[in-house]
Amino acid sequence: MVQSFGRIVAIARKEIRQLRRDRLTFGMVVAIPIIQLLLFGFAINQDIRHLRAGVADLSGSQQSRRLLTDAEASQVIDIVARVASIEELNTLLRQGHIAVGVVIPPDFEQRVERSQRAQRGNGYGPGGDHLDEPLAQLLVDASDPASYGAAAGLRSLPIAPRSGLKPRASAATFEMRPYYNPERRTAVQIVPGLVGVILTMTMVLFTSVAIVRERERGNLELLITTPLSPIELMVGKILPYIVIGCIQLLLVLSVGRLLFDVPLRGQPLDVLISSLVFIFASLSLGLVISTVAQTQFQAFQLTFFTFLPQILLSGFMFPFDAMPEPAQWIAEVMPLTHFLRVIRGIVLRGASLSDISRDLWPLLAFGAIAMTLASLRFRKRLD
Amino acid sequence: MTTAPKREEPNAIVARGLTRRFGDLVAVDQLDLTIPRASVYGFLGPNGSGKTTAIRLLCGLLEPSAGEVTVLGLEMPQMAEKLRRRIGYMTQRFSLFEDLSVRENLEFMGEIYSLPGRARRQRVDELLELYRLTRQAKQRAGTLSGGQRQRLALAAAVLHEPELLFLDEPTSAVDPENRREFWESLFQLSDAGTTILVSTHYMDEAERCHALAILDRGRLMAEGAPRKLMDDIDAVVVEIETPYPRRAREAITTLEGLLSVAQLGTQLRALFSRESQEPLHRVQTAVSSSAPESTASVQLVRANLEDVFVAVTRHSPKARPVETGSG
Repeated sequence: MVQSFGRIVAIARKEIRQLRRDRLTFGMVVAIPIIQLLLFGFAINQDIRHLRAGVADLSGSQQSRRLLTDAEASQVIDIVARVASIEELNTLLRQGHIAVGVVIPPDFEQRVERSQRAQRGNGYGPGGDHLDEPLAQLLVDASDPASYGAAAGLRSLPIAPRSGLKPRASAATFEMRPYYNPERRTAVQIVPGLVGVILTMTMVLFTSVAIVRERERGNLELLITTPLSPIELMVGKILPYIVIGCIQLLLVLSVGRLLFDVPLRGQPLDVLISSLVFIFASLSLGLVISTVAQTQFQAFQLTFFTFLPQILLSGFMFPFDAMPEPAQWIAEVMPLTHFLRVIRGIVLRGASLSDISRDLWPLLAFGAIAMTLASLRFRKRLD
Repeated sequence: MTTAPKREEPNAIVARGLTRRFGDLVAVDQLDLTIPRASVYGFLGPNGSGKTTAIRLLCGLLEPSAGEVTVLGLEMPQMAEKLRRRIGYMTQRFSLFEDLSVRENLEFMGEIYSLPGRARRQRVDELLELYRLTRQAKQRAGTLSGGQRQRLALAAAVLHEPELLFLDEPTSAVDPENRREFWESLFQLSDAGTTILVSTHYMDEAERCHALAILDRGRLMAEGAPRKLMDDIDAVVVEIETPYPRRAREAITTLEGLLSVAQLGTQLRALFSRESQEPLHRVQTAVSSSAPESTASVQLVRANLEDVFVAVTRHSPKARPVETGSG
């Protein structure tokens, strides 16, 4: 027993030593989380802003200028061109110079006036003759549905109250909530999910590669002639990676908080416990891969083979409920799907472990099954 | 030198009818072996003759398809775990960690064999000294020369003072001088009581062994002390020295009873079966008629190990090249 522990420590220590010398891998431990965090946090921002816009202000009035200022203040569009006709806007759109064309009709002021009168007469609800009449027109390059969606947000940009005719509503004029609502910020949703994605990628990849490398370099042939048992070898090899997983967890959550203001509403201990369960599941998957792959390259490919569907189907990229049912069944088998629910629950909604236990058990089961499979397959490999 | 309790049985390894199949391939076929303790025993055979498989069967890494093996009094492969502590295994390929230093590698192996801290460090120092690696102690194993690597691998294999040492083609990546030195180390170990099983495809190395098993296609073709194998060879060796070896070769290929001809520079070495009539005379006639203008010397010579190898493996369906050692 004591000897067994000693051997596990020997393997773990050797692994850390090798890892420290492998600068690239060591760098990846830290670099992968940070780069991904920045990429997903900044670059892959689903709140689309700063669409290049052209303006044909045919009204040229004070109110139209105010509308344009408001539209720009929303950060959805940046006005990069001002033209005199709709035809010119169309040309710019076609040439790809702009993504949005704003057309303000010559009778803009009258339209605003009519709309306000209708509103006054009618209170809030729609129904007034001129209430539904558009005040201006947006020409949007809809080839990217996402930018169309973003521009569509401008459709209801408040105009009327700014005119000062209706003081009670003036507060609402500056109420731009739909754009700045924390619940709609991508980073808040992405960062906790990123914990899962990064752990999946590094844990599965590192373990599978670490063991396959040993086989590829012939070390395994030597180790199996020693008193070292397969279980000792596996435990010793994955211990350092569990620690690395925890470091990455800490890194992503703290950088997420620092840069993107992602809150941690649940208990830190719950985050740690549930992440350890997920790390266990991912490492076990890595071990299974290592018993199948013959070369590090194969290990890498197999890891990606398991990684891609997890990214696409787990609910990280696309809303889970929007996927067709068969895809959901597949997704339910993947550890990341469950972990996303767990981590988002704890981090964003302040859920406790018992609240999310429904998704914790599948993770444990996945890890246990994978670990058993790996040990069985590893035994056979000696033969 | 050995710390593990000595057993009574005089033989380190006894195998009966040992067989291993991989699908249709019979890698080791009905192997019977008796290897006495404290001897240096060689497996000689070309690549693919089943040497590595045989070694793996003997140390319990592979399960035999048929047959029985007892190693150091332990039944294989059932008691393989118990055996692990008492054997050392040096793999064909360098299998220590290239990104660890020489000392770290040895320390690591010491930890795997559960040697206690102080004793482990002492033993590592001792081995570094013995195998002349003290100066390289801090060097990464990946940067060592072929000879240094091999000494390190041997040091790692004997770290826990095993009673039985398996060496799978230990000298394949080493120059002649280092090979000679390596064999000196092996005899030191054997004098101290360690049994050594070494596989090789070099004739000169095989000749150094106390006893030898010649393997071909998984089968044991001959066994015994090298000297005895050469004396008992079931063939007559005729050596022909001629300026026209290729012509001479053509002239004798049709002679009855010829087993093989091999060329070494201007020399031809022809093996005839013992039953063949007056091979020497017939060779002389054939060679001189092939090149009447020149003088060729033809004589009977002692068989060497390569002749033995050719003679015992000639019944194999297809002959395979055997490398001749240069050191």
